[in-house]
Amino acid sequence: MDVSWYLVLSALLFATGACGVLIRRSPLVILLCLELMLNAGNLALVAFSRSNGNEEGQVFALVVMVVAACEVVVGLGLIVAMFRRRIALDVDEIRELRG
Amino acid sequence: MVEVAFFAGAIGALGGAIAVIALNNPFYSVLALIVHLISLAGLFLLLHAEFIAAAQIVVYAGAVMVLYLFVAAYVGGTEEPIAQAIPGQRFVAPLLAAALFVEVSIAVVGTSLASIQTEGPVIEAGFGSPGSIGRLLLERFLVAFEAASMLLLIAAVGAIVLAGRKGTGTSASGPGVPDVDRGEIV
Amino acid sequence: MSATTWSWLVLALPLAGSMVIAFGRAAMPGRVPGWIGTASIALAFACSIGALLALLDHPTDERQLTDSLYSYADAGGLEIQLGILVDPLAVYMCLVVTGISTLIHLYSLAYMDSDRGYARFFSYLNFFVFSMLLLVLAGNFVLLIVGWAFVGFASYALISFWYRRETATKAGMKAFVINVVGDIGLVFAAFFVFRELGTFDFLESFDAARDTFTVNEGVVIAICLLICVGAFAKSAQVPFHTWLPDAMEGPTPVSALIHAATMVTAGVYLIARMWPFFELGPTAADIAAFVGLATLLIAATIALAVTDLKRIIAYSTMSQIGYMIMGVAIGAYVGGLFMLLAHAFFKALLFMAAGSVIAAMANNQNIDRMSGFRRAMPFTSALLLIGCLALAAFPGTSGFFSKDEILAFAADRGGMYWIFAIGGYIGAVLTAFYAFRIGFRVVTGPPCEEAKELEQGHIHHAEPTNPATGEPEDAEVGFPGAEHHIAEREWPMKVAMAALGFGALFIGLLQVPGVDHVLSTFLAGTFEESPLFHIEPTVGDSWLGLAVGGSISVIGVLGAYVCYVRRPGVTVRLAERYRRLHAFLFNKWYFDELIDALVYRPTVATGRFANSVFERYVVDGIVAGATGLVKGAGSVVRGAQSGLVRGYALLLVGGFAALGIYFLVVAN
Repeated sequence: MDVSWYLVLSALLFATGACGVLIRRSPLVILLCLELMLNAGNLALVAFSRSNGNEEGQVFALVVMVVAACEVVVGLGLIVAMFRRRIALDVDEIRELRG
Repeated sequence: MVEVAFFAGAIGALGGAIAVIALNNPFYSVLALIVHLISLAGLFLLLHAEFIAAAQIVVYAGAVMVLYLFVAAYVGGTEEPIAQAIPGQRFVAPLLAAALFVEVSIAVVGTSLASIQTEGPVIEAGFGSPGSIGRLLLERFLVAFEAASMLLLIAAVGAIVLAGRKGTGTSASGPGVPDVDRGEIV
Repeated sequence: MSATTWSWLVLALPLAGSMVIAFGRAAMPGRVPGWIGTASIALAFACSIGALLALLDHPTDERQLTDSLYSYADAGGLEIQLGILVDPLAVYMCLVVTGISTLIHLYSLAYMDSDRGYARFFSYLNFFVFSMLLLVLAGNFVLLIVGWAFVGFASYALISFWYRRETATKAGMKAFVINVVGDIGLVFAAFFVFRELGTFDFLESFDAARDTFTVNEGVVIAICLLICVGAFAKSAQVPFHTWLPDAMEGPTPVSALIHAATMVTAGVYLIARMWPFFELGPTAADIAAFVGLATLLIAATIALAVTDLKRIIAYSTMSQIGYMIMGVAIGAYVGGLFMLLAHAFFKALLFMAAGSVIAAMANNQNIDRMSGFRRAMPFTSALLLIGCLALAAFPGTSGFFSKDEILAFAADRGGMYWIFAIGGYIGAVLTAFYAFRIGFRVVTGPPCEEAKELEQGHIHHAEPTNPATGEPEDAEVGFPGAEHHIAEREWPMKVAMAALGFGALFIGLLQVPGVDHVLSTFLAGTFEESPLFHIEPTVGDSWLGLAVGGSISVIGVLGAYVCYVRRPGVTVRLAERYRRLHAFLFNKWYFDELIDALVYRPTVATGRFANSVFERYVVDGIVAGATGLVKGAGSVVRGAQSGLVRGYALLLVGGFAALGIYFLVVAN
């Protein structure tokens, strides 16, 4: 398969993730959609690595995975903290930082 | 043959993605994401990224998603409607996302980069094997490797701090287990 | 020493005197400030004589010397020097100013003795002399304007000397404002001169004017008229004259020095100095002459009616200066300047005598209450009569020779200028009449209460009050002193008055037609190149004019004699019969009311309008409107900060998509 197929798929997955971030209210699901976007990026990276004949793209993808894992950990910690303090798990309710 | 595998993986990934954003129950969304991740791992295999595929399944789908499952179970997830705070968001958002997809596709398909229109160069056998990835990590990208490990450490500590109970946490007024109200000793 | 060095000394000495008195007054008991002030001016007079002698060493046509102390500005075509012009006219004025000032300082030594502000008085007085000398010696327009402004300030400071008296401070402000109007005219004139001729220096601009301007060109007339505005404001000519009578609120020596002998003559000096411009713009000169004539007659008629002694003398000053302005404007430079000299003598003398009389009257200035001082104050009465004789231009006195020289010149020029001659003679009748109104009223007749008291040997004492309004005052700082000093008892006053009396009688002999011409010879150094300067009536014509003038003066004196000595009460009956006319004259031709309606009220109304309407709606509107606009814009933009995460994410993705479109389009 041409590499361009993978890239188009990656774009589609990215767009889907973005759409999910915009339309979901629960922070947990928003984090999941963030994962979608990150993985779409990973796919693109690996596809390019294949098209360049170079493994550096895969290393990059690995590091992205590490970063994604850390981000998930912190994000989930936040969600747990919110839940403990009886804050509603709804991004539309948490809007004190505004002008 | 390769095409079939590609389309299978693609449909799995796409289906999982759409399920993530469409399902009401967050728990089901997490499960859908796991399907998506495994499909992606299949696609990685097609691209000769064996180590990455394995890492994806073991680490991502295995560990990270299990973490997600725990939290989703703890927090629970209500049947929440896909509501909108900003009027018209339900229509604008998919529109914008679609626009984004279309633009990137045009960019990809219309590009003059020759290598994208092909499968790529002929590669030797050890491409994408753990050995070669490991060699790269420890030789060329050592700093990134170390930084990544440090990041993991910080994230772990941060998570403990954030989610800790009273005593290890920062807030003193956490709900937790309410104190038993002992009566006055008269 | 050269003439210019002497001149710098003449400038420096009064300034030094003023500073010394100002800073050292705490250590100076009694009359010491007075002596220091008098000494500094006396020394300045000596230096003026030195300058005169040094100047006479030069041949007649090389008597215009300049010297500069400091180059104030020298850049891009603009050159301003701290420079003086020493020529016969300047030295003449220096002599007059310093000479008369010395005598007046001497007089004030005794007159102001009990005043609590004694040292302040002499410091101001010295500063005034310094600024007048600066004005006279200035060699360029800039320094002239500096001197002009200083003189205006000194006048203000001295008119408002008794600053706790409200009438005095108001008079000071009035004088200052009208002077500033004149200053504006002068500054504009200087600006035009610079723009047309490229220089501020007098001699350079005179030379350039002859080359650049044609006769009666619009710019020249404009310059001359603007100079006239300055001159008229300073010399109290119509319509800028309303400050002078009010300036009598100041102490009598101030009236003598500033408002008789020196400051008000600055306008005459100015027109004489600027003769090259005036001879290039004869139309303007004629206008100036008409203004002088008008003032002459108006002031003379008012002097017939007012009853405050000092104000009568003030109006006579205005009238005599009208003669002088008329004289220098029609080209009788020697006549006008000669009259300046004579007038300085007899007017200062009149004020001094009036001061003595007013002191005897315990600061009451109403002439209707004064009479019969001849036995109580013989010296003062005699000198008062001498002054009146000179003022009336009685044959033989200095006023006689000087005034009639102007009128003879006017007659000699012929044509339209006969108007000035006739008008001048009419004014002479009036002058003689009111001069002896003063003289006969104060001196002859039965002694009034105060005079009787003085004959017994002590000066009348009354509670200090404001002479104009009758408000009670005390004798502390800011009000006149408690004691009154009359000439009979104070030798400085006697000496000063005697010297002035001598001059009033005999200084006319300097320029007797056909006999000697000291002044015209001397002043030729300045006016040599003027064609008008060389118009000289024949000796016969001059003596004819003198005869006419003399007889007119005698007629006026006789008329006053009849009205005030032979048949007292005639004037009262006349005043009642012609009540409207009398009221018109008594109210000074209603000039104050006219200026109030034409100038003051519209200005105040404009200011009020500006404050309430323009300021509130336009200015504040613009400022507040600008802030309102910013606030409004801010609150609109603030709407984007909703606090909703998904809102921000929406903007993010939207922006991303827009960027993508942009790059796709641009790339293709």
